[in-house]
Amino acid sequence: MKKNIVSFPYLIWMIIFTVFPLLLVLFFSFTEGNVQKISELRFTLDNFKRFMQPNYINVLGRSAALALVSTIICLILGYPMAMILANMEEKKRKFLVLLFIVPMWMNFLLRTYAWMTLLGKQGLINRFLEFLGLPTLNLLYNNGAVILGMVYNFLPFMVLPIYTVLSKIDKSIIEAAEDLGSNRVTVFRKIIFPLSIPGVVSGITMVFMPAVSTFVISRLLGGNRYMLIGNLIEQQFLTVYDWHFGSAISIIMMIMILIAMAFMEKFDKDKEGGRIW
Amino acid sequence: MENNIIIDLKNISKQYDGVDVLKDINLYIRKNEFLTLLGPSGCGKTTTLRIIGGFEQPSTGDIIFEGKRINDVPPYKRQINTVFQKYALFPHMNVFENIAFGLKIKKVPKHEIKERVQRILKLVNLSGYENRDVESLSGGQQQRIAIARALVNEPKVLLLDEPLGALDLKLRKDMQIELKDMQKRVGITFIYVTHDQEEALTMSDTIIVMDKGRIQQIGTPEDIYNEPKNAFVADFIGESNIIEGTMVRDLLVEFADTRFVCVDKGFGENTPVDIVIRPEDIKVVPEEEGMLTGIVTSVTFKGVHYEMLVQEKDREWMIHSTVMEPVGSHIGMVFEPESIHVMKKVGER
Repeated sequence: MKKNIVSFPYLIWMIIFTVFPLLLVLFFSFTEGNVQKISELRFTLDNFKRFMQPNYINVLGRSAALALVSTIICLILGYPMAMILANMEEKKRKFLVLLFIVPMWMNFLLRTYAWMTLLGKQGLINRFLEFLGLPTLNLLYNNGAVILGMVYNFLPFMVLPIYTVLSKIDKSIIEAAEDLGSNRVTVFRKIIFPLSIPGVVSGITMVFMPAVSTFVISRLLGGNRYMLIGNLIEQQFLTVYDWHFGSAISIIMMIMILIAMAFMEKFDKDKEGGRIW
Repeated sequence: MENNIIIDLKNISKQYDGVDVLKDINLYIRKNEFLTLLGPSGCGKTTTLRIIGGFEQPSTGDIIFEGKRINDVPPYKRQINTVFQKYALFPHMNVFENIAFGLKIKKVPKHEIKERVQRILKLVNLSGYENRDVESLSGGQQQRIAIARALVNEPKVLLLDEPLGALDLKLRKDMQIELKDMQKRVGITFIYVTHDQEEALTMSDTIIVMDKGRIQQIGTPEDIYNEPKNAFVADFIGESNIIEGTMVRDLLVEFADTRFVCVDKGFGENTPVDIVIRPEDIKVVPEEEGMLTGIVTSVTFKGVHYEMLVQEKDREWMIHSTVMEPVGSHIGMVFEPESIHVMKKVGER
């Protein structure tokens, strides 16, 4: 009984701030009419049907593709970084981990704005190219800029979980593998990588989820007409005032993320059994 | 006898951040012997083992393996396998995969791997455990898997770093006998690290006692126990009474304000020495017959014998005896000349 009492405040918190809003979004997604007059709302599936048009599906596809590319780049950059960190001596390691975390203390919006001043037509990079007498480049408002923004902002979320898992691997396990005849490559292939899979899985999840739903990065670095699913939702709620369609898109995105997570989870469990190689 | 030596350590020293961990270690290991590095924690025994395994580089000195210097040979190219302190089994593999790991890397044919794993599992009494998850096994079973994983590669030398440290007393005793038995059967050189003197005495052909990065004594268990070279060894191996004394001349020693005939010589005249007398070598006699006399201050029952502390002037003596004298009784103590072990003072090198 005591347990129940202790968990009560959290339960209330969850109900007010998670369950209730979710139900609200679900409710709006299956209705149409005037949001101001709840009694006049009618049940409908039109919001979902509407999303099945090619231009919306394209937005969804592009969001998923960009998030996927960013996640892969984060993994390729982040894994070696995490390894270097994990193998460092205590003092340097703490300092470097701090360096990874410090940018996260700064406002997310501010960090993304900073990239605009770097990449813009009159930005630092183009000024420098001008100074060297080279032609200027269109760096802003394209897929590349958006991916750069995502990788820059979400890389720590890839590095830190992998780093945590790697630094927990018992050194004597690695020594045992060397002792049994494995060189460095084999040690990585057969011991370090398989044991780090849980970190990789949580890194992928933690990068992919915010990347697929972002609207700030895509708006600032992708420009006004650049549309990702996050922008679409934002637009429906704040510009078009179609809460019903916005809610429907949110639900679709949530289902997508849930499927992706379930898939990763299954992947993770399979790997822990150690039967990948 | 020269070609019987498999490993030879020559003038090995090791410093960590300017601190000496090993100082001028010289030792050789014979084929098929069970050699134990014994000492308190921090004495350098594990470092010595890790240098032999290739996980540490000596600061100076050479490691000779079958006549060849192997200082620069990485661990995975040495014909040596290790059983680690905490077993270090691969948590993401089952028992079979763990044991087969080394053989797979050596590209041994599949059917031969299967056969060898089965044979080694039988040796460690775990037949039928192939598909078990290593983390579901008990400490003793994990220990055997770790030994099997090393032995299956048929190394020339097996290093064991306090492998029984995490097991309970009963299991330890069983495993000690099993290990010794296994070593005889497979005919592989075992180098064993422990801080447990009883374990060392039970299992070893040769014991190397280490302290503060130096070898204190090398010898058979009997030598080490009966003829400890200095007070440290005497104290570490079993219980001892260590008394300061003076070697008056050959065969005559003075301690506890009394002169005693002894069997040691060659210390010079009037040299300060340490005297070691084992508690079981002191006989309790009526007060008037004793060479020394005292009052019993405490009695502890130890199973086979009683451990008594006896206050004699300002010294306390420990006596092991099967006959109990009650606390407060006045007793006499006698010992044979052979029981008086005279040693050079430690710390004066």
